[in-house]
Amino acid sequence: MLAVFLLPALLLYSVFIVYPLVTALDYSFFEWRGIRQTGFAGLGNYRDLFGVYPYDRQLWRAFGHNALFFAGTMLIQNTVGLLFALLLYRYGRGKRFLQAAFTTPYLVDPLVVGYLWSLLLNPTFGPVNSLLEAAGLDSWALPWLGDTRTALPIVIVVNAWQWVGFPMLLFSAALAGIPAEYHEAARVDGASAWQAFRRVTLPLLTPAIGVVSVLTFIGNFNAFGLVYAMAGSTGSPAGSTDVLGLLFYRVAFVEGGTEAIGRSSALAVLMFVFIFGVSLLASSYFRRRERRLL
Amino acid sequence: MTARHRAPGRVAVHLLLWGYAVVALLPLVVMVLNSLRPTSEIFTTPLGLPASPTLHSYARVWTEASFSTYLLNSLVVTCGAVLLGTAVSALAAYPLARYDFVGNRVLGAYFLAGLMLPIRLGLVPIFYLMDSMGLIDSLLGLTLLYAASGVPFCMFVLSAFYRSLPGELDEAARLDGAGEFRIFGQIMLPLVRPALASVMLFQFVPLWHEFLYPLVLLRSDEKFTIPRGLSQFFGEYTTDWSALFAGLVLATAPLFVLFVLATKQIIAGLTAGMSK
Repeated sequence: MLAVFLLPALLLYSVFIVYPLVTALDYSFFEWRGIRQTGFAGLGNYRDLFGVYPYDRQLWRAFGHNALFFAGTMLIQNTVGLLFALLLYRYGRGKRFLQAAFTTPYLVDPLVVGYLWSLLLNPTFGPVNSLLEAAGLDSWALPWLGDTRTALPIVIVVNAWQWVGFPMLLFSAALAGIPAEYHEAARVDGASAWQAFRRVTLPLLTPAIGVVSVLTFIGNFNAFGLVYAMAGSTGSPAGSTDVLGLLFYRVAFVEGGTEAIGRSSALAVLMFVFIFGVSLLASSYFRRRERRLL
Repeated sequence: MTARHRAPGRVAVHLLLWGYAVVALLPLVVMVLNSLRPTSEIFTTPLGLPASPTLHSYARVWTEASFSTYLLNSLVVTCGAVLLGTAVSALAAYPLARYDFVGNRVLGAYFLAGLMLPIRLGLVPIFYLMDSMGLIDSLLGLTLLYAASGVPFCMFVLSAFYRSLPGELDEAARLDGAGEFRIFGQIMLPLVRPALASVMLFQFVPLWHEFLYPLVLLRSDEKFTIPRGLSQFFGEYTTDWSALFAGLVLATAPLFVLFVLATKQIIAGLTAGMSK
């Protein structure tokens, strides 16, 4: 009786989710020749990632780009999202339209967003540069995605364009939950608008800031589709936009060679441990700060 | 209020917010406008309205670039996966939430663990698993994988819903002599329907956008889903911008339509969950 209810879900989930995850861990500890296991490797595959050319260089470079991606997103997307939430709080007519407009891009597939912006930013035929030229800003009409210095910042900005509505909505919900009396009290005590924000609003937003930070971190370190569409599987130009997601895909399926399975599995495990570990630490950090508030 | 906001400040706020609304929407408007004009026109005037709007590119993309096939494949895989994943979860969450049996809590934790594990970690083993089952380049393989990936989330939400239903319901039915399957099908399932709808919608969007798995698991053009087909298409039509923009619109439109149709459902589902 019970089995009829439980078995289909149990089977589907165990075969296609749990088994591959456990196997990935197992794969990472073996030596491989193509699809044949040739012996126990211990931590050999992990050591290869840090010591064998070209992974030793690409791994740290991709990791650095992910870190910049996260920092840039926190700085641009989430700060702007908070600003919009504050400005829209008690905004009169048009509030709902503005909220809908800001969140629209996030209904679009990240892959579509990437391809769309690569067309819009095209140096010869793209409307972005023609707009800049029409505004007399000729010196700003750069090959944005073709230059190693601007490519990653542009990816960060395009990603922010897509997701800014998400922190905005979360912060709006959090702001709506702060009792009005707190603001009243601050004003009665003679606090300036900035002081009220800094001392009352911002601390009360700690839970929302925690959620947004952790989800941004997870999202940025798993980035794949957007970067693939804008920069291909190698993170062009010259690897300046390469991220861990692309590196993992290349090691596993493009240029991993005969040892692809072991090394890519090791990379997957490392990425998982890092992302999961940092997310846990960050969550508990924010929870402790929340408790101190109460 | 008015005393604190001096006029110049207010104007700046309006300008900033409405200006950004333009920034958020204009690229999408440009995408649609450029899909309606020939490539030569896009190249000579990158900024501009269509001189004589035409659906020519859509017709070409739809048939020549086989977007009709991609759309059909995406619909089959995503709908199939969402229905299957939700169905098996609706079955399994019921005894987990409403029966006491040995191993109940362990099993619950086992399903919940999936919420925290990134399924991409298992990409390489999944590839060889599919290979061994003859499911490479197969829509069935992709459907099963997608369905499985939704199970933890469905179990999580649906268990909570089953648990919130009053216990007298099934006791009364059992006293009246109803079998377990009847209790499930005629009493429990209709009661969690709002939750089923929102659970399905939340699975739909990420699956519709999933790109890495089709990139790795699908090989032939006639099996491609929309994201996989789009990446192929961008490699082949690099200079035909009108077609590229039309392809982007076709890839985006279905989800917008779904959202316009489903927004009421989502809100109904969410509020039904909150006001138990």
